[in-house]
Amino acid sequence: MSTYSITEPSRGQKWVAGMLVVTYAIITLMPLVWIILTGFKSPADSIAYPPVVMFEPTVEGYVNLFTTRTRVTAEQLAALPPPDGLAETIVRDRGMVIAGASKFGERFLNSVIIGFGSTFLSIVLGTLAAYAFSRFKVPLKDDLMFFILSTRMMPPIAVAIPIFLMYRSLGLSDTHLGMILLYTGVNISLAVWLLKGFIDEIPREYEEAALIDGYTRFQAFYKVVLPQAATGIASTAIFCLIFAWNEYAFAVLLTSGNAQTAPPFIPTIIGVGGQDWPAVAAGATIFLLPVMIFTILLRKHLLRGITFGAVRK
Amino acid sequence: MSDTPIMRAAAATPPKLSRRIKGLSDRTIAWIFVGPTIFLLLAINIFPLIWTIRLSFTNFKANSPNREVEWVGLRNYQRILTDPDIWLTMQATAHFLFWTLLLQVVIGFSLAWLINRKFKGNDLWTTLIVLPMMLSPAVVGNFWKFLYQPQIGLFNYVVSWVSCHPPAGWLLNCIDPSSFEMIGSVNLAPWSIVIVDTWMWTPFVMLICLAGLRSIPDYIYEAAAIDRASKWRQFWTITLPMVLPFLMLAVLFRGIENFKMFDLVVQLTGGGPGSTTEVTSITLKREAFEKWRTGYASAYAIILFVTVFGLASIYVKALNKVKER
Amino acid sequence: MKKTSLLAATALSAAAGFAASTAAAADLTLCWAAWDPANALVELSKEFETASGHTMSFEFIPWPNFADRIQNELNSGGQLCDLLIGDSQWIGGGAENGHYVKLNDFFDANAISMDDFAPATVNAYSTWPKGTPNYYALPAMGDANGWFYRRDWFENADIMAAYKEATGDDLREPETQAELLQIAQFFQGREIDGETRYGAAIFTERGSEGITMGVTSALYPFGFQYETTPGSYDMQGAVNSPEAVAGLEFYKEFYQTATPPGYTDSYMEQGLDAFKSGQVAMAMNWFAFFPGLYADPNVGGDNIGFFANPGQNVQGSTLGGQGISVVSYSDNQEAALEYIKWFAQPDVQAKWWAVGGYSCHNSVLNDPGFATSTPFAADFLLAMADVRDFWQEPAYAELLQAMQKRMHDYVVADIGTAQEALDLLIVDWTEVFEDEGKL
Repeated sequence: MSTYSITEPSRGQKWVAGMLVVTYAIITLMPLVWIILTGFKSPADSIAYPPVVMFEPTVEGYVNLFTTRTRVTAEQLAALPPPDGLAETIVRDRGMVIAGASKFGERFLNSVIIGFGSTFLSIVLGTLAAYAFSRFKVPLKDDLMFFILSTRMMPPIAVAIPIFLMYRSLGLSDTHLGMILLYTGVNISLAVWLLKGFIDEIPREYEEAALIDGYTRFQAFYKVVLPQAATGIASTAIFCLIFAWNEYAFAVLLTSGNAQTAPPFIPTIIGVGGQDWPAVAAGATIFLLPVMIFTILLRKHLLRGITFGAVRK
Repeated sequence: MSDTPIMRAAAATPPKLSRRIKGLSDRTIAWIFVGPTIFLLLAINIFPLIWTIRLSFTNFKANSPNREVEWVGLRNYQRILTDPDIWLTMQATAHFLFWTLLLQVVIGFSLAWLINRKFKGNDLWTTLIVLPMMLSPAVVGNFWKFLYQPQIGLFNYVVSWVSCHPPAGWLLNCIDPSSFEMIGSVNLAPWSIVIVDTWMWTPFVMLICLAGLRSIPDYIYEAAAIDRASKWRQFWTITLPMVLPFLMLAVLFRGIENFKMFDLVVQLTGGGPGSTTEVTSITLKREAFEKWRTGYASAYAIILFVTVFGLASIYVKALNKVKER
Repeated sequence: MKKTSLLAATALSAAAGFAASTAAAADLTLCWAAWDPANALVELSKEFETASGHTMSFEFIPWPNFADRIQNELNSGGQLCDLLIGDSQWIGGGAENGHYVKLNDFFDANAISMDDFAPATVNAYSTWPKGTPNYYALPAMGDANGWFYRRDWFENADIMAAYKEATGDDLREPETQAELLQIAQFFQGREIDGETRYGAAIFTERGSEGITMGVTSALYPFGFQYETTPGSYDMQGAVNSPEAVAGLEFYKEFYQTATPPGYTDSYMEQGLDAFKSGQVAMAMNWFAFFPGLYADPNVGGDNIGFFANPGQNVQGSTLGGQGISVVSYSDNQEAALEYIKWFAQPDVQAKWWAVGGYSCHNSVLNDPGFATSTPFAADFLLAMADVRDFWQEPAYAELLQAMQKRMHDYVVADIGTAQEALDLLIVDWTEVFEDEGKL
């Protein structure tokens, strides 16, 4: 038998609320679904008027995303040996041959290197600092939250001006190391603050006990605190990764050929005339997918991350 | 938990003593642990800020290393503050800020309120709604440019379809999808960036409001119900005041973010047509990295920083007052 | 006699140089914009790879980002590019800020003479300060803004009759800007083969240089000048002369009455798109695209015609095109110079034209068969005879950004009058030149 509760909404209320939220969700997901669908359209279908929902799927967008192609004459095409694989067949149907790999692979790899590199560094430094802030008397401690906010108030372009000059004289322009350090510098205050919150929640008594058992501070930190903070570290890591993964302004201003990540690259994918929308959509899909998965994994800690730990739920 | 022998021992030991037992002193460990972070913060955050302040008093141009750098005092600041075009971009930013905040607060709060009705499957739908805000704004901006294309774009087509079918069809004339250009027209472009930002960030406000709603203990409503307060009255006297600090926090974060908005808008409209959607960050980028007027751009950066900093400080004071109530 | 032996000696030393550097094969990166001619250059460069033993990599950047990214790269002292085919306006900055290697000694040592290249292109793509024999690039790609049109429509009897009836004139390649507009307006909104067509695609892009390149194509023929006397930076009465105002008003009328809807921010790619998809009867675009258009299986061949930018009060075309420079931050300068040496050879230049690049070499341009070699070669010569370029000052980017803003505000966003737009432009430009210490 369930007891009647005043605060529990009625069935009808729930139903109406549910319908409204689902409607909103469907509308809000439409653009995302459209991106994914467009990735499987042919160029003609992608710019069809009116827009088509039913179409014959093709991986041409993905092929175009990963290759560069050159146009050849019909005679040259006829003289070629039979196409090797699906990609080659698709390209030849357009009267072209594959000339080589596009830059997308490289840019994507850069995103991975810089994203994971800076996340790793932020977490290592952040955990150490967070532990110190949580357990020791450290100057600056009380100003930390304020400090985090104030560094986030500076528009990225404004930060990029002196960083550009600094990196130019240090030879860090357009290098992976430079971008890793920069993203770490931006993320570190968030990482420290979030991690401090997680570590604060671990009872001090655990370490104190370990210390009495003969552990050194380092050992206590390593063997007692770290395992306890694992969930917190993982979710902080994902937040750092998402920032570095999605970042655009620094990437576009401070990198060009060597260390450029995917966000500045994807909008510059062009086809024969104008943007090659299926290829752009394919690139966007590949690029957005990891973040979508992370979001679903992270949903419990989402709020804490996006509010810099101000709301803990 | 506190029954284990270790716990009991720990509770009995004075912390000061226990810390001194082995290894390095706590003070040393603290510095080893905090040192690298402090260094990085100084190198990436503080030092650049000081350098920017210094540059803002010069006529330095980063693309002309051979040019003599002169101190120009406050001339950069004076120029910026008296430039009518700068005030126009401030207006564009203000329009963007005002409408995105308003829409996101209204829609975000409503959604949170609906989700808090705890219907079946609300967790799943919440996660799905949240997806847009985790995406790369530059990629999102680029793709919305596609959705906004007259004729071929999904947005125009959907608007047209809705306007031609009931129930909207009864009220509106049927709109042709090629009859309006969201990012090409001077009148619609400012709204095009508002729509995309709202699409992307409403979930953020929603999540924070949801946390606020869930923090209200049931017994308050129960007490109100016993007092025969109407639902309407409960909303105004309990729900809203208790969620307000959360809502204000959401507005603070979104306000700061949108004040420095760059990636989304630059990909979507590039500041055009003319300068109708040229928000301050775009102007800053043009000055600093296209015209290479580094000194001038630095002064502009400082002005923006001081503006956000000042507004945010006032706002945080207000927020704290609300919290204390 | 002495001259021959000298030449032989140079050849020998050059050969020795070749042999020496083959031992240390370099991987050269050439940076350029991503467009048709760049692909042609990749093909052509394979010969250099075989001849020299060096390998070539290419970094082609889409036009909207080209200037931004390369200027950023150069200003950060980046080593991405060994060779750069950079826009003509960059030469001042490239020279004064030390981005480009000065090529005079190299030219002298290798008997490359700038007299072998068309004077207008040498002046535009290679020299700084203008009019002095200081070379920072080798003219690589001649280019100007021209026009192409649907020949199949222009020669369609029904359409010709309708045009005659509507305007009283014969439908033909326009000879003045006014006639150009009249034709474009005639096609605007017209039903052809069951679809609505529009007049012409013109440049309106805001972000990089688009609208400036488009507007100047109208301003120059109307009589716009940058200065009252060259080198004086005296712009009052030149930039905002009544002719310039008329030219700008003309461009706005063109934009408002003879272009397809939605083309508020369009440059090369969008223009090509509009033409290839059959939306427009005419389009302005760079000559660089003409070989590709002519070869296009759908809109090319007999269906397309070309003409140089028509005059009005005077003749004038907007200059495009680039010179090839060696980036001073490169570690492979020797090999990069070898590439330029190879590229400057007359037979390579002839092949360059054959594969779709616009050679600036006299041996190619003055060849009696040149003008008839393609349907647009004669138009190219015509256009290049009266080309004008934007400011090439080191501060060109500031000057360009100011013009982009003023032009887009007036033409597309419909703010103020043409007179006001040009007056404001003088204010902006004056400020830049004052900052530069030139005024």
